[in-house]
Amino acid sequence: MSVVAHTDAAPHGASSEAPDPGSRAGGVSESWRTRLTDLSFWAERASGIGLVLLLVVFTALDPSFLSSGNIAGILSASAALIILAVAQTFVVATAGIDLSIASVMTLGIVVLGQLYAAGTPLALCFVGAVLAGLLAGLVNGFLVARAKITDFVVTLGMLSAASGLGLILSDGQPVTVTEGFFFDISLDGPVSMVSWIVVVAIVIAVIAHVVLFHTRFGTHVLATGGSPEAATATGIRTDRVKMGVYAIAGLLAGLAAIIVVARLGSTPPAANTTYLLNSVAAVVLGGVSLFGGKASILGPVFGALLLTVLLNGLTTLGVSQYYQPLSVGVVVVAAAFLMRFQK
Amino acid sequence: MSTPIIEARDVSLSFGSVRALRDVSLTIGPGEITALVGDNGAGKSTLVRCFSGVHKPQSGTVLLDDRPVSFSSPEAARSQGIETVHQNLALVEDLTVWQNLFLNRELTRFGMLDRRGMRRDAARMVSELAVNVPEVTSRVRRLSGGQRQAVSICRAAGFSSRLVIMDEPTAALGVQETKRVEELILRLRDEGHAVLLISHNFAQVMRLSQQVWVMRAGRCVAGRRTDQTTGEEIVGLITGAVAA
Repeated sequence: MSVVAHTDAAPHGASSEAPDPGSRAGGVSESWRTRLTDLSFWAERASGIGLVLLLVVFTALDPSFLSSGNIAGILSASAALIILAVAQTFVVATAGIDLSIASVMTLGIVVLGQLYAAGTPLALCFVGAVLAGLLAGLVNGFLVARAKITDFVVTLGMLSAASGLGLILSDGQPVTVTEGFFFDISLDGPVSMVSWIVVVAIVIAVIAHVVLFHTRFGTHVLATGGSPEAATATGIRTDRVKMGVYAIAGLLAGLAAIIVVARLGSTPPAANTTYLLNSVAAVVLGGVSLFGGKASILGPVFGALLLTVLLNGLTTLGVSQYYQPLSVGVVVVAAAFLMRFQK
Repeated sequence: MSTPIIEARDVSLSFGSVRALRDVSLTIGPGEITALVGDNGAGKSTLVRCFSGVHKPQSGTVLLDDRPVSFSSPEAARSQGIETVHQNLALVEDLTVWQNLFLNRELTRFGMLDRRGMRRDAARMVSELAVNVPEVTSRVRRLSGGQRQAVSICRAAGFSSRLVIMDEPTAALGVQETKRVEELILRLRDEGHAVLLISHNFAQVMRLSQQVWVMRAGRCVAGRRTDQTTGEEIVGLITGAVAA
């Protein structure tokens, strides 16, 4: 395996990084060989590699898997999860976790539905959903950063509180949203197979990448997660950084709520715990360290796609739905195991 | 002696019933290495924290360039050119050398990080000071203890700092690495930085410093020019065997 890949990869490596190909060519291919036999190299790219493997396997088993209709379906189905995975990445990068992310999304869904039922203009319904998410995120952030309560407990409490609030506001009833706009953004798009909600998810992922790796805030997020002592010693206000990441997570959960309503055409008030598990799973698959300080956006995005492909593929192959949670669990634990080889 | 960069006048500080500092008076001259020695618990670190903005003296004054100052935070002290190299290094392992050098001082252009500019400046900072530091793009996790200390010192020395405080900078290092870090400290002085060095290594104090202050039980009991004293006398002053 490594020899084949090495001959493929060597010219690329030589042209891109060796200043003096004559003397360095051997060294470059050597470094590629060591990289490709290094488990850490694979662990860091687990989600992308796993995604390609799944695509190959499912296509081999059923060629219609790669039909344009199915690809469009997979992409649209993954949009909300991509946004939640990106949101979770920010929190996990600070060595925290947001267990309330799916419930806060549900709260956003309910707020959207109630505003819509009251005849509020659609744009204001969206604002309401996003504000509800942002508010819940700010409460999380305040309790974690200022009140110094463990993130696990705070967000577990918010998980219950937000879903409870959703049930109270909606009286447990979904609102059917028959609005042409939703069909437009979930079915149409700028290019075939890519709907507008997928575009929204991609734009959010790109912005998140820029924020994490090209702003001071992003560096401070990684520093806060990597070494709170070092961050504090250089004057970084780690409490503000934590407030920030939970607020971002809540805001993005509110945006994800709009996407879910667009796809479903209704506002189910019941919390969907699968979204929570999958958001954490996508982050783990994406090579983000649960101990904080090490993160990527592309990895969790691929992780979210991988999980969606996995579920879609199993359904296409006619595997019983009951096997889906089991398969997700196996994939996630396997990915976490791979992460142990990361250096 | 020329005007001191920083001076403590009758500085006292208690934590509850513990009198950590009692009427401490000492000066740190520009362009030289000042050593602060004393037993554990003598008050060295507490005094240093009064200079770096972590603690505030309860009585007495700290003077910077002959003007009384009161730092509200470490940030305030840093903005006045007082940098600290922490004993626990204070580096983020998963960030690169250049990211650590610019941590919380990131250069930005139009709100975005100027990554290229920071890499370039970091390479310059490192090449000017350190001899054994690897690529600025490598992650700190891959660095040896001495290389990490060099990065910490580079960070403190950069940004036109005037006084660099080092709390036992070589305590965790091997012989070779200690030698390199000592060279780095000397180069820092030669470039015009004042250095305040806390050390338990008397040979190191004699090798590097020009001025030695001795603390015992919260008091500054003696000050000597290094070339007019001996290691034995310093040890005697620390234990109290030699009268100041």
